[in-house]
Order: sequence, then C-alpha cells, then structure tokens
Amino acid sequence: MTRALASLALGVLASGLLAVGSAHAQQDPRRSGYDDMSSATQAMQRDDTQNPAMLFVADGEALWKRPAGSDAKTCASCHGDARTGMRGVAARYPAFYGSLARPVTLGERLNLCRTRQQRAEAWRAESAELLALEAYVALQSRGQVITPPDDTRLAPFRARGEQRYRRRIGQLDLACAQCHDDHAGKRLGGSTIPQGHPTGYPIYRLEWQALGSLQRRLRGCYSGVRAEAPPYGALELVELELYLASRAAGMTVESPAVRP
Amino acid sequence: MARTLITVPQDAKRGDVIEIRVLIAHPMETGYRVASDGKQVPRDILRRFTCRLDGEVVFAAALFPAISSNPYLAFPLRVERSGTLSFAWEGDGGFMQTETATLNVA
Repeated sequence: MTRALASLALGVLASGLLAVGSAHAQQDPRRSGYDDMSSATQAMQRDDTQNPAMLFVADGEALWKRPAGSDAKTCASCHGDARTGMRGVAARYPAFYGSLARPVTLGERLNLCRTRQQRAEAWRAESAELLALEAYVALQSRGQVITPPDDTRLAPFRARGEQRYRRRIGQLDLACAQCHDDHAGKRLGGSTIPQGHPTGYPIYRLEWQALGSLQRRLRGCYSGVRAEAPPYGALELVELELYLASRAAGMTVESPAVRP
Repeated sequence: MARTLITVPQDAKRGDVIEIRVLIAHPMETGYRVASDGKQVPRDILRRFTCRLDGEVVFAAALFPAISSNPYLAFPLRVERSGTLSFAWEGDGGFMQTETATLNVA
C-alpha cells in the first residue's frame, strides 16, 4: 500500500519534472552578459565601426602576417588565411595540449606556437600583441557555438575547475557560484551580476578602457572577494576557464565583445 | 602610428547627409592618475580633431581629459561633391596623425 502510494507520488513528481524539463528546453535560462548591458553598450558591440576592440583586431591581423623568430615564419605560413584556418578554433578552447599534459588557453596556445614553431620569444600575458592576435583569432569564431572538446583527459581538470567555482575563498568568504549562480541578475552596487558565461573574450571592457583576457577578469573577481589572485597562466585559472567553457557550452561566441 | 578605423559611406548621393565615424587607438591618459611608484602619470591626451574635405575644414572637435581612451567620434556631413577627406588628430607630446579617405558622391 505504502509502496504503491510512493510509486504514484514518484510518477507524479517525474511527470512534473518532465514538464519543467521541456519548458527549459524551449528557452535557455542562460544569459550572456550582452543581454544585461545598456542598449548603448550593446550597440557598441554590434557595430564593428564603433567597437574599440576592432582596433586590436586590425593589429592582430597585421601580426598574423608578420614574420617572427629565427625562421622568419608567419602564422599564415602554416595556417594560411585565418578566416578559414582559424574558423571555430576559439569556440573549442581551453583544449588539452599533449606534450604539456595539461589544458591550455587560446592565448597560451598562441604563445606555444610562437616559441615552438616560430622559435620566437613568447609574449607576456596581457601584452597588447598577445591580446591583439587572440582577438583576431577569436573573431573568426564569432557567431559559432561554444563546443568544449569531448576529451576525457580534460575531465579531471574540469572537475577541479568546478570545485574551485563552488569553493568559498577570500576574506569575504564567497564562492563564484554564490554570485554568478545564486544571485545572478540581481544588483551588486550599481551593476547587474552577470551569470558569468565567457562568451566574448578577449573583451573590451569600458572599466579597463582596454582589451583584456578572461584571466584578467577572473583575477578581478579574486581581488573582489579579497582572495590572493593566482598569477597569469596558473593552472588554477585554466581549470576555472575550462569549467566555465563547459558551463557555457552551446552559447554563441561574441568575441571580441564589449562589456561595461 | 596609432591604429585608426575610419568609416565613410560609399553610396552617398548629392545633397545627402552622411554619418562619418572615426576611431583611434589612444590611451587618453588624464594626468590625474598616480602610478604604483607614487609618481603622477603625465597627461597624454588628444587635444584636437579636424576633418577636412579637400583642405576645407568641415568638422572639428576639442578633446578633454574626461574623454575615454580610444576615442570614437561620429558626425554628420552634407555632401555636395566627391573629394578627399583628411582626418587629423593632434595631442600632447607632439602627437600628430593624419589619415585620408576618399569620398565618392554620385
């Protein structure tokens, strides 16, 4: 009797869950930061003649064609035209890099190409050159769907990234999830808390008055909760990026985006 | 040389009012900020922008420290004839840059 009731209750619950599931399938509850911006900032991103990141993209295009290193090879000597050769690449990163046996970000990957293929000196993290080339490569994936690679070697790193996302840190004792999952859409001071989907990096952030990477943004949150920010390129940040990419899988790449 | 992006509509007809857009990479350092070594960062801003059509000034603007970096300007222009547009930015520390674009009027 009790068992029959319980299974009935489960059945009702399951059909209720199914109904919720199908409603969600129709409308993705995830929002890009773009959706929460003012119409003026949205217009700035939509219009390439207004978007200041396009200045960096123009620099990146020049760097793509400029010989570097002892062999004087350009990016184009191996990869050809970036518009075809780099199409969809940014939508896949971070990806696993075999010889380092760890995931690397798009910026790190560019530097690996620079040191290993071109035999040139690596660019400093957040340097204008690296961001410019990254923006140019990322632009070739604009409008494509974020598709993190289906690589089992990434799984442990991604799991650690998720742990970091949910772990409370800093003097304010806050986890990423507490703002960006639990309180997204509400206000923190004057600004709307975004859901934290990395859809448009590298971004031109009006607060920075410059182009910046996702790691710069993540480090901003670390100091925001008064935790010690890991240095650029730290595995901790790459793991977080990896988790964020899987969390945003299926959303559209907007790079290079504008954010307030 | 600073990177610039200049947009001039190419389908204008005589008498049309077109919108010209210019964007230039420039730090627009206000002169009020203090660097990590405690010293004031010297001011480095653009002071003046001038647009000329075949040498005749058709638009000019004065820029001030409150204007953000990589300044974007858009302005309307009534076009009566084709010609060469020149865009000049002048700034602190002898900064001077001139770019040109062709204006085609049907």
